[in-house]
Formats: sequence, C-alpha cells, structure tokens
Amino acid sequence: MAAPVSGGGRLCRLAWRRRAGALHSGAQPAALGREPGKVAAAQSGVAPWRAVVGLEVHAQISSNSKIFSGSQVQFTAPPNSLVSFFDASLPGTLPVLNRRCVEAAVMTGLALSCSINKKSLFDRKHYFYADLPAGYQITQQRLPIAVNGNLSYTLCVGAKQSQMVTKNVRIKQIQLEQDSGKSLHNDARSQTFIDLNRAGVGLMEVVMEPDMCCGEEAAAAVRELQLILQTLGSSQAIMAEGQLRVDANVSVHHPGESYGVRTEVKNINSLRFLARAVDYEIQRQIEELENGGTILNETRAFDYKLGCTIPMRDKEGKQDYRFMPEPNLPPLILYDAKSLPANIDDQQVVNIDWIQERLPDLPSVKRVRLVEQYGILPEHSFTLLNEDGLMELFEDVVRETQMNPKKVIGWVISELLGHLKQYDLTVKESPVNSLSLADLLNLLERGVISSSAAKQVLEELWKGEGKTPLQIVKEKRLELIQNQRELDQICQAVMEGHQEEL
Amino acid sequence: MLRAALREVSTALKEGQVSPTELCQRCLSLIKATKCLNAYITVTEDTALRQAEESEKRYRRGQSLGDLDGIPVAVKDNFSTTGIETTCASNMLKGYIPPYNATVVQKLLDQGAVLIGKTNLDEFAMGSGSTDGIFGPVRNPWSYSKQYREKCGQNSHLENEDSSWLITGGSSGGSAAAVSSFTCFAALGSDTGGSTRNPAAHCGVVGLKPTYGLVSRHGLIPLVNSMDVPGILTRCVDDAATVLGVLAGHDPKDSTTVQDPFNPFKLPSVIDVGKLCIGIPKEYHIPGLSSETLKVWSKAADLFENAGARVIEVSLPHTCYSIVCYHVLCAAEVASNMARFDGLEYGHRSNMDKSTESMYAATRREGFNDVVRGRILSGNYFLLKQNYEKYFIKAQKVRRLIANDFVNVFSSGVDVLLTPTTLRDAVPYVEFIKEDNRTRSAQDDIFTQAANMSGLPAASIPTALSEKGLPIGLQFVGRAFQELQLLTVAKWFEKQAKFPILQLQEMLDHADALSHQKISLSS
Repeated sequence: MAAPVSGGGRLCRLAWRRRAGALHSGAQPAALGREPGKVAAAQSGVAPWRAVVGLEVHAQISSNSKIFSGSQVQFTAPPNSLVSFFDASLPGTLPVLNRRCVEAAVMTGLALSCSINKKSLFDRKHYFYADLPAGYQITQQRLPIAVNGNLSYTLCVGAKQSQMVTKNVRIKQIQLEQDSGKSLHNDARSQTFIDLNRAGVGLMEVVMEPDMCCGEEAAAAVRELQLILQTLGSSQAIMAEGQLRVDANVSVHHPGESYGVRTEVKNINSLRFLARAVDYEIQRQIEELENGGTILNETRAFDYKLGCTIPMRDKEGKQDYRFMPEPNLPPLILYDAKSLPANIDDQQVVNIDWIQERLPDLPSVKRVRLVEQYGILPEHSFTLLNEDGLMELFEDVVRETQMNPKKVIGWVISELLGHLKQYDLTVKESPVNSLSLADLLNLLERGVISSSAAKQVLEELWKGEGKTPLQIVKEKRLELIQNQRELDQICQAVMEGHQEEL
Repeated sequence: MLRAALREVSTALKEGQVSPTELCQRCLSLIKATKCLNAYITVTEDTALRQAEESEKRYRRGQSLGDLDGIPVAVKDNFSTTGIETTCASNMLKGYIPPYNATVVQKLLDQGAVLIGKTNLDEFAMGSGSTDGIFGPVRNPWSYSKQYREKCGQNSHLENEDSSWLITGGSSGGSAAAVSSFTCFAALGSDTGGSTRNPAAHCGVVGLKPTYGLVSRHGLIPLVNSMDVPGILTRCVDDAATVLGVLAGHDPKDSTTVQDPFNPFKLPSVIDVGKLCIGIPKEYHIPGLSSETLKVWSKAADLFENAGARVIEVSLPHTCYSIVCYHVLCAAEVASNMARFDGLEYGHRSNMDKSTESMYAATRREGFNDVVRGRILSGNYFLLKQNYEKYFIKAQKVRRLIANDFVNVFSSGVDVLLTPTTLRDAVPYVEFIKEDNRTRSAQDDIFTQAANMSGLPAASIPTALSEKGLPIGLQFVGRAFQELQLLTVAKWFEKQAKFPILQLQEMLDHADALSHQKISLSS
C-alpha cells in the first residue's frame, strides 16, 4: 500500500485559482493540481474558486455469506458459482437479512461516532441493468442504520511532508445494501457476460458530507476510513479487489456564493486515482466555467490511462429510481442494554452496547499510543499503521532489543520498509522478520558491530539464506575490533604499506 | 368417495377402504372427465402416482405421516414447484421449471400429500374471474350442475353451452373449480385482494385467507408482497383447519412470518355461539349488492341472533376508500415485483437483439398481457419521485386508517365480522368480459381486499344457492391470529347453512359417454 496520499495535489489550498494554461483536452492531465495557484487572483483579476468534494464510499462487508442469501462470499471463484436462487432473483424467493452484516455496519457506525438508529428500514431502488437481476437494489434510503458521524483524518503537509494537519469530515449516514453482479462487455462481439457471484454481497455505503476540497483530502479521508474498516474487520477494504469503491461528488464555486452544480465521478478504485480524478474534475470545472461554459449535473468516469474524467454514456439522462419500501423485510430493530428485552435469545438480536464494548483500538488511538509509549514522531506512527503488519513488527522488535525505540523506528522505516518498497513486498513477505532484525539491532546496540556493518548484515539477511545476524557478522568478520594490540598492528601494517603517501 | 371431505377420505385411507393409488387414479380420471373446466394448467400424473405409491407403502408399513398422507391436492400455478412447470398463466414464465418448492408446497409433500396438478389462474393472479390467463378461462363447475341447469331450464348438452357457462371468480379459480368438482380434496390458492375467497364463494367451497405472517410466502410468486397470503380451498371448514395446521408457522425463509409457535388445532364438534358478538359492518351494505345476497346475509345474521349471539351493526368508516387505495398499493408493488422479468435469468426472452434495452422492452411486451402491463405502468407512475407522496404515501396512510377501523371494531368487543364475500353469484363468461379487468376487480374485491389491507384472517363459507341455483358465500373476518375462533364460528355456521352438494353427475356421464364414443371410433 502506498503512503497516506500519493500522486495529485500535494499543495492543497483552501481556494483553487485559475491555472496559467488551459486544459489541453485531457492530453496532459497528470500535471493537474501539482501547482495550483500559479496565477494569483489579484493578478489575474479573477475571483478565487473554492472546490467542494463529497464522497460516497461503498465498502464490501467482510462476511461468510451474502447480505440477504446464504451464498458464500469469495473474491476469486469461477463465474456464477456463488449464486443462490435469491441472488438470481428467481420468482418467489425472499430476502433474509444476514446478522453479521448488521453487526459490521453497527461496528463501523460506532467507530465513526455515528448515532445508531435502533430502527432502520429497507427500500427498493429500481433500475434496469443486466447485472441487477431483480430490477431493483435493496438499500436503506429513508432510514439508514447509522447517521451523523465524524471521521478525523490527517494530512501530511509542508516541504518534507513532515507537518501533520488533522481534518474532519462529517459522515452523513451509513446504509446497508446489496452489491450488484458484474457485467463483462465484449465489444468486439457485442456481447455482455454476467457474473452474479458479487450480486447480493453486503455493502456499507458510507456517505461523507462535502467537507473536503481537493483530491489529497479525499484520498486521505478514504485511507483513514480504509484503516478503520480493516481494524474493525468489517471490510477487507482492498481497493484493487473492488471491496472499497469511491464515488466523488465535485463542484466549484466562488466563496460567498452558493455551491456550484456538481458532477459525480463514479467507481474510483484506487487512492491515487481518487486524488487525481478529483483534482482533474475540479480543474476541468473551473476551466469550463471560466470559458463561459456550464457544468452539467452528470455522472463521469475516471479514465486512468488518459488521466481524465469522461461522461458515462449509459448514465445519461436523469434516473428516477422509484424508491419503495421493501415489503419482505420488517424494520430492522437493534437493542442496547436498556432496551434489550428480558429472556431473549442472544442469537436473535443485535446489541449495540455489546458491540461497543468489544470495539478494537482504532487507528487514531493506536497512533497516539505509539507516539506516547515509544516517543516516536507522529508521522512515523502513520507510516507504522499504513503498512499492514508494520506496527506489530516494530513493537516486536522493540520488545526484543535494548535499543531505544526512537532508534528502532529509523531502522524499521528507512531500512526495512525502504527495502520492502524497493522490491514491492508486503511486511508479511519480508525475508527479514522481527526476530532477526532485533538480533541485528542488539549487536549494534552492544557495540559488537558498527552502524555501517549493521547495514551490510541487513543486506545479507535480505537474501533470505536463513543465517542469523551473528553468523553473518562472524563470516564476514564485521565485528568492531576491541583489542588495542590488534588495532596497533593494523595501523602499523597500513602505514607500512603506504610509505609514499606518508 | 371423491365427494367426501378430506377428513372422511383420510379416515378411509387409514382404515384401508381405499388405497392412495386408487384414490389418485380416480382423481386423475375425474380430471380428464372434467377437462373442459380448464381448472388445471399442468396435471402431474406421473409424479402424483409415484407419490401415491410411496404413500401406499407407508400405510402398509403402518407409518402414515398424518391426515394428509395420500390425499390428492392441487396447487395454484403461482407457487414454485421443483421440477414442475410454474407458469403464473403467463407467456413470461411458460416453460419455467423452478428448482425449488415453495415452503407451503414442501410442507404438504412432507405430510405425504399427493400433488395432482397445478391450477389455472389469471395471469400473475391479476384478476377476479380466472379469465385472463394464457391458458384460457376456467369454467365454473356449477355451470354444469343439475341445480343450475334445472333453474335455467337448460338441459342441453355440453357442446351447445358456450354462451351460458359461468366464471369461477378469481384469481384462484382453477383451485376453486378443482376442489368443487371433486378432482382433489384441498387446493392452495393465493389471496391478495380476495383471490381465494372470491372463487370459493362462486364455486361453493370454503376459502380461507389466513392472517398475514402466519403462513410462509416463500415460493409464492408475488403479486403484492405486503398483502399476499397463501390461501386454502377445501370442501368444509374442518378440512381448512387441518390444512392450516400443516401450513402455518414461522419460516426462516420468509422474514415476515411471525416467530411465535403455531399450535395446530382441531375444531370443536359442539359449538356454542351464545357468548359471541358478531359485527355487521354497515358500510358493506352498498348499492351493487344483489338483493339475494343481501337476503342471505341478513338471514345469516338472524341465525346467529337466534342462537343467542349478540349481533350488532358496526362501522368501518374508511371502507369506501379501501378499493382505490388497494389499487394504488397493488400497482406500485406489481411494478416493482415484475421488474425482475427481463428475459435474462429465466422465462421468456424475445429474439430482439438490437440492444439490451430493446430486448428488455420486447421481452416484457411479449411476455405480459395488457392487464399486467397496465398495472406496471400505473405502478411506476405512482412511484415516480414527483408522485410518490401524492399516491403511494397517501395510500399507505389510508391503509393504516382501514386497518385501524378493524382494530377499533374488534377492541369494542366484536369477535367476528360477518359480510358478503361477493356482490352476487357467478355471472356467465360472456357477461363478465363486457367489463375490463380493472373494473371487474374493483367490483369483485370490494368486500375482500380490506382484510388484506389490514392483514386479518377471513374465510368465505358457502351459504346458499341463488335463484339461479348458484352458490352464494358469506365472509367471516376475525382478529389477527385468531384462526381458531374464526373457523369455529365458521364451522358452526356451515352446519346451520347446510349448503347443498354440487350435482355434476350429468356432466360426468356425458364425459363418460364421450370418451366411450372416442374409444369405439378409434377401434
């Protein structure tokens, strides 16, 4: 996984200004947002622009079975092998709500400081699409399971990305819904193949208020959400596998004026693309408006090859989803310690308090603890959490060495993580585990080897030949020489061998 | 034997007076003899005989599964049946063979019942005549009864009768005709606005619509999910109670079924209605009600009064809004429920291949009849963002008021309501089709749909013959989940009413003669 945010607008400003050059019809969009504000408003005589970004994030719930049927959930399975009669919308089949999906949504809602609705409702959202077998999606439009939450996220700013700025985005709601199937288009043969394995997988749609103003903020917010979901285990949230998909609502306006017409950039599946898509869309809208054009309320897609957003043809025209209550699912009632009826079967109810008590430490809490406990820099705490397994490795190493954690963190981040990045490996795949790193750092700490020798040993360990650091030190004779006579002899020998220079 | 009630034939099976196979064969040949009724879409002869054979083995081993073991039953063709075509009388599902059984079908089979066939209906159960399905209209067995023939002064033979035969009512007309013509001992219907009770009344059989949430809808191809209930058609009230005992109860596959355990009951044989309060809703006394039916209704009220029951006039003030409100909610859910029929996963698919959208459009145009398409169109209109408040929300509010009307009446001390089931006796087909499906449904569901709007249990009980010699049914509406009380009252009433048995011998003899003729011709 990448650092919190990569790509796009590093120098995010509150106000966007007109760019020097016009857009070259998307030819060089990658440059967008790198240096916004080249032309100051005062100089150009144009009022500054303010961008408003809201997000809808679809997170696939990590559960054994789908939200309304008993079919298994699995990312890699032969097409149409995980399809129940309900998933294929056979007439007469009915939805049965999966308790695990409800718990995942409650957990996520609590982690995002939402109020959990003790009663929520399901609705049908109608549209015809080949990968939506019933002709409607069951979702929670009127009364979602969780509302009014908050997500804090941190941006790294400044020349060396060393300054941390904490921001907030309000969570409007979290709603439970079904995922659709997948359509695979073969344009050459004008055929569409439908895979219903994904149809009916549980989703949490997290709706974020338009509290962000650039791609970097959007990406940082989603990254934090992703970490939270992964910590909770409510979603694996792997974007590359489509478990976390982002729709971005973008508009621009002049400060003091009402919000502009917004566009929706749909189905963004990486953080890098999210930042780029949002920044591109902001810039496109500014230029469109400055050239006297208007913004259409439309759905666009991000073309990662071209680096620009393009209108989606099959989403043209306004859809009326003809929402209607889902008559086959009674209201979803949740309980807390106070409202829990006596003598009720625990398996029949979801208890909010019970889930609250069992929430794991969230990433923000873990970061604070790391900074306080080990005295490391806040940005290092971010790096530790951003890499799956890195925090655990760091803490293991600290436990096994006498070295100051402040020094350990340098080895873990610059050396170990640096290596991993270079070879595109995850922490789990690392040939150097916490034990051997701890051994190595102990040798360094006890003065057995020098810092540069330690780096040499690490290079050797990297080959994964199963040798211990001590073995390598011995083989390569990398120990610091403690014996005065031996040192004298070496010095003598060097001097004798270099008479000329002397 | 075939005219017996389920309970009697069940006893006969247990005592070995008849074997399940023999019973099944007799029903099958009667189905053939009454083929002109068009009650069945699919006759499952082979599987029925196999099931009968299994049942016979169980009886021989002394391991009968209960009252339904070996009993031939029919199921309306909108219940999903494994391996048996389930059409909803629509081109859309012609040839569709479901891979699973509806819960109610499975429960019948688990009790050893013999599934003898799938019965005819209005397309997707949308109608009140059983006249609007792709397999043609169902003919009311009473069209060929001695009682009707005598009154009409028509003793002519079957072939000249195309102008006088009567509709069964609907939409479960096939099931009602099947039970009434003795080709099975019980049948499943579905009841969304009266679809079980209406044909029961016209065909002179008992039609029970249980409380919403008591019987699983899993596998019932929906019309209106919030009102649909599997219905039970039998020849007497006791039988309805027996079948209900098998079908009722929580189903994990239907989240709208109640969790409380259901205890099957047998109705008492000695019944005292003296302590009961029977409500007569004054709003059901409407201009369209035939004078005959009105007379039967008030005579019934007198019966209760004479037996010591308190009979009082009650008011259900929102009754007049009910049918309009029903149509809005029905159309909206129909529009939604029918969205799945796009030709992709199952059912009819048009050859149109210009685009996915044009394929959808052609598939749905070819697959659905005008009635279904009309309801889809209006339903989608009601659900549009700009109309939702004005129609759907308003109709839901009115629905609540209608349900509250019943709550108020029952909480005032009324035990059971007594109303007509239909405005009049069955009309001839040629009369019936002079009005369109919508108009007919509005007239015919007038007394029945309120029970669906409020989820209450209701039963139509055959009461008397009209001047034409046709059945008139009355409806009892009970408190939610009080089927025991409702059916107990109905059983008492059934005993007093002494409704005559359908005399079909003439028709059967005729059919017999015809088949003999054929045999002699071919040999």
